[in-house]
Amino acid sequence: MADIREKEQTNAAFDQNYIDETIKADQSSKAKQFVKKFLKRKTAVIGLIIILLLIVIAIIGPSLAPYDYTAYDYDHVLEGPTAAHIFGTDVYGRDIFSRMLVGTRLTLGVSLSAVVIGAAIGSVLGLLAGYYGGVLEMLVMRSSDILFSFPDILLAIAIVAILGPGIINVLIAVMVFTIPSFARIMRSATLAVKGSLYVEVAQSLGCKDSRLLFVHIFPGTIQSLIVNFTMRIGSAIMAAASLSFLGFGANVSEPEWGAMLSVGRSYIGIASHMVYFPGLVIFITVLAFNLFGDGLRDTLDPKIK
Amino acid sequence: MGRYFVKRILETIPLMLVISVFVFMFIHLIPGDPARTLAGLDAEEYEVQAIREEYGLDKPIVQQYVDYMAKLFRGDMGRSMKSSTPVTGLIFDRMQNTLKLVVAGIAWAPVLGIFIGVMAAIKHGKLFDHISMLIAITGLSAPGFWLGLMGIQIFSVQLGWLPSGGLDTWKGYILPSFTMGCGIMAVLARYSRSSMMETLREDYVRTARAKGQRESVVMFAHAFRNSLIQVVTILGLQIGGLLSGSVLTETVFSIPGMGRLLVDSIAFRDYPVVQGLLMLFALQYVLINLVVDLLYGVINPKIRFD
Repeated sequence: MADIREKEQTNAAFDQNYIDETIKADQSSKAKQFVKKFLKRKTAVIGLIIILLLIVIAIIGPSLAPYDYTAYDYDHVLEGPTAAHIFGTDVYGRDIFSRMLVGTRLTLGVSLSAVVIGAAIGSVLGLLAGYYGGVLEMLVMRSSDILFSFPDILLAIAIVAILGPGIINVLIAVMVFTIPSFARIMRSATLAVKGSLYVEVAQSLGCKDSRLLFVHIFPGTIQSLIVNFTMRIGSAIMAAASLSFLGFGANVSEPEWGAMLSVGRSYIGIASHMVYFPGLVIFITVLAFNLFGDGLRDTLDPKIK
Repeated sequence: MGRYFVKRILETIPLMLVISVFVFMFIHLIPGDPARTLAGLDAEEYEVQAIREEYGLDKPIVQQYVDYMAKLFRGDMGRSMKSSTPVTGLIFDRMQNTLKLVVAGIAWAPVLGIFIGVMAAIKHGKLFDHISMLIAITGLSAPGFWLGLMGIQIFSVQLGWLPSGGLDTWKGYILPSFTMGCGIMAVLARYSRSSMMETLREDYVRTARAKGQRESVVMFAHAFRNSLIQVVTILGLQIGGLLSGSVLTETVFSIPGMGRLLVDSIAFRDYPVVQGLLMLFALQYVLINLVVDLLYGVINPKIRFD
């Protein structure tokens, strides 16, 4: 009798091991497949490389800068690109290349944190709205509709008009218009996952709501989340640069790319390099995030195009 | 169909009301006493009091909103703090320039964008597809205001062919129109490509081919017309965004339009003007989207009232 029980237990243990390993193998092959598929999209890989490079510059940029980014040099004012100053100098003779290297952290930091915070708030709201439905869902979705009824840039300008100019307020403005897109996407993703069998099983086993939401439902929605996240960073950088260009963003003494472009505008006739380089770098950065986002979307979810 | 129209029109009413509450609340949302905000930081106490009475800021907030809306329906948006002229007149003076810019952008960008997108879908996987999608994502990623500035640098400063600002001659329209339209063209090229590719996979396209229909007829009578249905929605959003997108174009080319007025008024803390402009921009966006949705109902007979 004891023998049989032992045998059953070993069998059960074996089965469990077998299942675990199969799942693991399946998951690792899925990850491999994903990497393989992603690497085939050359433009997306280029985008990813540029993004990684930008992140490295954001971290170690200040130590790479050939000049002190605040150092005035009145002997070399508004000079075009030379061997000594590859991006030229600005109106105080400061090295534009050094300023851009140092400013990477500020520029990317503002947009990234705006999207991270906005995505977190929007996702939680969408998750709760999709799961609980009812009044909460109505409130969240109607508020999203209202935020959506203002064009992005106008909403950002309105928020900055209320809060006053400044880099933190730009961050808040970009964050606010990031929220509704995540709320919408998460709500529909949650609704789709909610009806699936494994959620039903978890529910019938008496799983707590919080566990159900974050352990069972959230991972199922993560694909749509990642794609939107990457896409949004590009538009956040663009919006922050636009606000700075209009004079609502960073203080013009700061090496934020949009602010540098805004200063350069007054010198377009005599020193176009002041506009050319910051704009070009903003463009390449946004392009990198868009290419990467496109690649991710095509790899993760070939249905949405 | 009639019911769909009525339903859609009725749906915009609560949205517009909420927007009006938001815009009305604008002055109250700015930190500090709204009367002082309106009067300016260096105003004397009696001036602040005068403002408070003129704007009814001492009344209960609901009463203030009702008064605001009643005035709004008579076309009264208050007076500018800077020039003390009526806000409505100020906005209408600037409206013409902005509308000219919007028309200059719409004139070419959507047509070219849809054309590129559809051709890319037809030539899927070929060189034309790759090049046009590269152009589209470039147009999407390049800041329009930067392209405009680079256009000034090349065509005005270096070559001297085009003016660097103003809308006095037809030449003055070329660079602003490019700046306004670039992004729209890119977005529409991408959307119409994917929409067209989706339509090309539909059963009715296969049926049309199977019955021996000529390829050009299959492409344009069957696939293209149906793929347009999705594109119209995106087009509406883009055109709605154009009016406020002109803020940047007007700044680049020093054109005195509504966008420039908004930026200047924010800088001068001329809040009644800011309030009026926000109201107008938001309302036009809602209205354009309404028109697009109604159009959508007309061109897509599958839409039913649900």
